[in-house]
Amino acid sequence: MLSDFGTIFLFILAAVALVSMMLGMARLLRPNNPNEEKLSTYESGEEPLGNANVQFNVRFYVVALIFVLFDVELIFLFPWAVVFGNEDLIQQTNGQWGWFALAEMTVFVGILVLGLAYAWAKGYLDWVRPEPKTPHVDSPVPTSLYQQVNEKYKKS
Amino acid sequence: MELTEFIIKAIVIAVIFGLTLLIAMYSTYGERKVAAFIQDRIGPNRAGPFGMLQPLADAGKMFFKEDFIPAQANKWLFIAGPALAMLTALMASAVIPFGHTLRYDGVEVAVQAVEANIGILYIFGVVSLGVYGIMVGGWASNNKFSLLGAIRAASQNISYEIAMGMAIVAILMMTGSLSLREIVDQQHSGNWNIWYQPLGFIIFITCAFAECNRTPFDLPECETELVGGYHTEYSSMKLGFYLFAEYINMFISSAVISALYFGGYNYPGMDWVYTQLTGAFGEVAGHNAATLIGTAVFFGKALFFVFFYMWVRWTLPRFRYDQLMNLGWKGLIPLAILNIIITGTGVLFLEPYFTALLK
Repeated sequence: MLSDFGTIFLFILAAVALVSMMLGMARLLRPNNPNEEKLSTYESGEEPLGNANVQFNVRFYVVALIFVLFDVELIFLFPWAVVFGNEDLIQQTNGQWGWFALAEMTVFVGILVLGLAYAWAKGYLDWVRPEPKTPHVDSPVPTSLYQQVNEKYKKS
Repeated sequence: MELTEFIIKAIVIAVIFGLTLLIAMYSTYGERKVAAFIQDRIGPNRAGPFGMLQPLADAGKMFFKEDFIPAQANKWLFIAGPALAMLTALMASAVIPFGHTLRYDGVEVAVQAVEANIGILYIFGVVSLGVYGIMVGGWASNNKFSLLGAIRAASQNISYEIAMGMAIVAILMMTGSLSLREIVDQQHSGNWNIWYQPLGFIIFITCAFAECNRTPFDLPECETELVGGYHTEYSSMKLGFYLFAEYINMFISSAVISALYFGGYNYPGMDWVYTQLTGAFGEVAGHNAATLIGTAVFFGKALFFVFFYMWVRWTLPRFRYDQLMNLGWKGLIPLAILNIIITGTGVLFLEPYFTALLK
């Protein structure tokens, strides 16, 4: 007798077999003649400079930290959601069960919402917005002249 | 008995794999035809009638292309990345209920690979594993574009995962079960969850778009900024795995949307059809025929959402990264929390009220 997760394991095994079979078949079929240029890192046609350990925006890290907090909260919410509307429990407690569970979870989520509001107010959720720079040209021709020309030759 | 059961399971698994792969293959064809239709072109029409063999030609090309691993890349992780992406995409289809049961010779087989009692939690977990495929592949390429694309993808996926999970929690509060089959069975005939959870549905479908890295959320592979994003260095079958995984994910998320919100294999008037069919063909054949109609309805709903993905892709422009993050953290997460609270009060207050009213 296969249990549910035994079948899921069978499923995973089949998926692994399929993926390795496809990779192996492609390996047998395709040509393989590498050279130095093919094996170099792609950088829009330039010679690659250094490796990929570049600096990136620290906000990605902050987002990951906030995510961990909320994901743990989510894991707590799943079992709660299943028993929340349970009619047996509601009847056994004369209808108090649902309200009690809802109030309890409101307190729990409320604390996390406070945390979200704090991060929001502190600006941790604000991404750096690209600011468009209008190009400025020092020109002896005044801008009003262009407008005059435009006005003059405007098609009515 | 042991062996028959094992064989039945093996057949079901093979069929579901084949179906998923077939649908993913023909989604690429569908995508190009839909794009062509929307942009007033013809689309692929050379390989076979109406270009129907185009996906096979593409797959053949993937097999015969030369594949090179960049000298600076981490070789094993470079291979593991796309394999992981494909694996997680394939695994998710295990618990989706495609239909009711089929009866044959006194044996009743559910049209589903595994009837797991934590189905939706399993899908949620496997989908969140999908980010590893992209992250590992992007990092192992040792390319600046790939790394930036991978970090973007990870950040985007984890941001939208929270709102997605909260939308699911609101559904669970109504159904009280984690089993997908149970959730679908509770939406008998036209009693679909979409009537009770319109806000949750909008949150869920938005997050599904972001999780699949589809336009308008395809920033990880934003070609104007990052060349090819996380798969810049990939070629041949490994690139094929990434592209294929995306289409499989699209189909899986469409199937989950139709199971959670649109009643899965339930449709209005199904009881009438069932009695008619069992009356006409007898108990067993009628039951099987009704199940097959339900499965067809399920695939119809899922394929509609696959089409919806394509429709949106060729209609909306891409988000900017700060807009994406603002929508996720400041828009969808507060809305999802609000949705949970509304659902909670609805279940406790409105449901007994309406039940009393209907009596």
